[in-house]
Amino acid sequence: MIPELGLFALVLALAVAAVLGVLPLVGAHRGDSSWMAIGRSAAQAQWLLIATAFGCLTYAFVTNDFSVLYVAEHSNSQLPTVYRVAAVWGGHEGSLLLWMLMLSSWTLAVSLLSRALPEAMVARVLGVLGLVSFGFLLFILMTSSPFERLLPAAADGRDLNPLLQDPGLVIHPPMLYMGYVGFSVAFAFAIAALLSGQLDAAWARWSRPWTTTAWIFLTLGVGLGSGWAYYELGWGGWWFWDPVENASFMPWLLGTALMHSLAVTEKRGAFKNWTVLLAIGAFSLSLLGTFLVRSGVLTSVHAFATDPRRGIFILTFLGVVIGSSLFLFAWRAPKVGLGGRFALMSRETLLLMNNVLLAVAAGSVLLGTLYPLIIDALALGKISVGPPYFETVFVPLMVPLLFLIGLGPSARWKEASVIDLARRLRVAAGVALAAGIILPFALGSWKPLIGLGVLLAVWVAAATVTDIRNRLKNSAGGKPPRAFWGMHLAHIGVAVFVIGVTLVKGYESEKDVRMAPGDTVLVGGYSVRLVGITNRTGPNYSAVVGELELSKDGRLLRSLNPEKRKYFSSEMPMTEAAIDTGFFRDVYVSLGEPVGEKDGSGAWSVRVHHKPFVDWIWGGCLLMALGGLIAVTDRRYRLKVKGVAA
Amino acid sequence: MKRFMIPLFLFVVLLGFLAWGLKPGYDPHEVPSPLIGKPAPAFLLKQVDSNAADFSPEQMKGKVWLLNVWSSWCVSCREEHPVLLSLSKTGAVPIYGLNYKEVRGDGGFKEPDVETPESNAAELALGRRRAEAWLSQHGNPYVLTAMDITGRVGIDYGVYGVPETYVIDKAGIIRYKRIGPVTQESLEKKILPLVKELEKS
Repeated sequence: MIPELGLFALVLALAVAAVLGVLPLVGAHRGDSSWMAIGRSAAQAQWLLIATAFGCLTYAFVTNDFSVLYVAEHSNSQLPTVYRVAAVWGGHEGSLLLWMLMLSSWTLAVSLLSRALPEAMVARVLGVLGLVSFGFLLFILMTSSPFERLLPAAADGRDLNPLLQDPGLVIHPPMLYMGYVGFSVAFAFAIAALLSGQLDAAWARWSRPWTTTAWIFLTLGVGLGSGWAYYELGWGGWWFWDPVENASFMPWLLGTALMHSLAVTEKRGAFKNWTVLLAIGAFSLSLLGTFLVRSGVLTSVHAFATDPRRGIFILTFLGVVIGSSLFLFAWRAPKVGLGGRFALMSRETLLLMNNVLLAVAAGSVLLGTLYPLIIDALALGKISVGPPYFETVFVPLMVPLLFLIGLGPSARWKEASVIDLARRLRVAAGVALAAGIILPFALGSWKPLIGLGVLLAVWVAAATVTDIRNRLKNSAGGKPPRAFWGMHLAHIGVAVFVIGVTLVKGYESEKDVRMAPGDTVLVGGYSVRLVGITNRTGPNYSAVVGELELSKDGRLLRSLNPEKRKYFSSEMPMTEAAIDTGFFRDVYVSLGEPVGEKDGSGAWSVRVHHKPFVDWIWGGCLLMALGGLIAVTDRRYRLKVKGVAA
Repeated sequence: MKRFMIPLFLFVVLLGFLAWGLKPGYDPHEVPSPLIGKPAPAFLLKQVDSNAADFSPEQMKGKVWLLNVWSSWCVSCREEHPVLLSLSKTGAVPIYGLNYKEVRGDGGFKEPDVETPESNAAELALGRRRAEAWLSQHGNPYVLTAMDITGRVGIDYGVYGVPETYVIDKAGIIRYKRIGPVTQESLEKKILPLVKELEKS
């Protein structure tokens, strides 16, 4: 009964989405207030219906209703309750419902937080979001309903993929989807602007907090995904350039470009068309990511069940949404003016370069991700594109980008003087150069790429501190707003991230050894001794637990307990690494296979990694997200915009 | 206006490629074997039947034949077995078996630290018993089965998942490789038409 209620709610939501997608847009076109006003209530009704559907599915999971096919496929009576809730988005159908819940939540947020906006703009934004919702709901109902019954009911479920039974995976997909879907609001604002022809500073100011909020979630989502891969896959890597990872990284890159471009549009009225194009692009890449993950056209370590019918639907949807937006862009954009003029050397130019670099980066990730498909389609053979391509392409793009991060905030709008800029930042440049030369020696050995990475990270940090000092000294402009602090904190986050990537890449060491109880292995100045191997039984798995002692200079630090789990339902072996996390390094231990059965020594193959500064990678992501959060709470976004007519 | 059409144009091109990726039967996981168009690697192996002479692909010159890699521990082999059995009854093409790592491929077996003639003989004997038992239980579609007990021939052939099936022509050249179970569909659409064509030449 409850699952049917959920299905019914989805069908009703589809009808509401149709209303939301048509009436407010028509109303805005005609200037009919009563039609425009329908947008808000429809958005709220839609959210209520989808939340009901989502609640029904969650209820089916928590109560182990194995007469629902999707529950039987992704849960099990032995699964702990928290994972039963997470199992709601453990498969294709539920992920889409989560996607839809996020989309309707963003729509709801727009309907509630847009009191200060002109009614036509709100109507158009909500209408565009309604059209996107309509497409997605149709997709769910036609190809991927999570409420399909299984009769007779299964005695027990097949269980959630053990890889997903992890706290990181409980929050990773919701965060990522919040980010993905959040760009739909920026997209809706862009389309509304093209429809109305109003593409000005006020429009940019409305779009900015929404874009930044989506970007915060996406940053956290991508960071969490990478952290999860690090500790759950047991390989010690943190980014694999897998198509599914790339699918989340591309919208992040364009979203970052969009945030910066919006700043220019708001402050100087320039880059209007470019900003609109970026907003369309960021959301398009989110949709494309969904397509790539769900259609099976690319090979990925994330094995999703694929269905060509779904692929065709998403592709059609993609074609309609992106195609019509780009058509609208080609039609309307030429009429938009150019905005404020600026000199060759100005903050605008620097931000333009930032945008070009980020867009090229996103383009090269897209090319690398789709290259195997393109080559195959042109019958030029079968290839796979791996980390060497991405790393080769990325370093030359990121070097100038990091250099610009240091310059940008100190440069003046409209026209900046090179001499003035050089004078202001010479100390920062000196500090960075010295750090790049000296610091690697202190940490071990000097290598060109490590020197460069350290130099750039310190440059970003030092230039940021310089700009903050200058601003505080020169208090004529009053107290700096929160947006100022947010921007600088996020840039410091970039510096921290770069330090993490550079040092872990440069100095990590690993040993893959056979260890019998009593054996010791030395890695990165730490010694790890295997005390013994024991067995343990968890709620839905049995595990072999290694007991290892980590010590340095003869002093015992702690014990590490990596596990090798076997889940009852799937017999799938899972590696749970044990990690000693530190501010300057991780020691990472994972169990391989038993290799001492023949001689009765009880030996195992054990992999031990020493990873200097690896946690700075995620620390950097957190700082970036926190910077975004501070910027979004800036006072001027909360002020009512006065005197702007639609 | 033209300049503003560029994004739309690029998107349409992209859409074309994505649509191509959705065509039925497209599988990005499928890796073509580098051995296609190359001579089948030579080997000389003992057969399941301990009384038979050693088998070498050299002996197959002048015939079009299938080499099917299987073993008793392979679950998907059971799936394709009925297809192979009915194929062998039609006599369309002779099927030769290559039994891959019958003993050491099985999870329960521990490889000897040092291979000695005695350990090899014992492993071969055990492998023959298991393979024979499996064939008598499920039926035998093979003209004969060669025992790749150490898996070294499998390495030469680039076996990375059992079952695998090779189509080898009269000159001993590998013409096609199928990874995974042979299905009735793959047989009718790909393997048999290819065999017919090769028979003509």
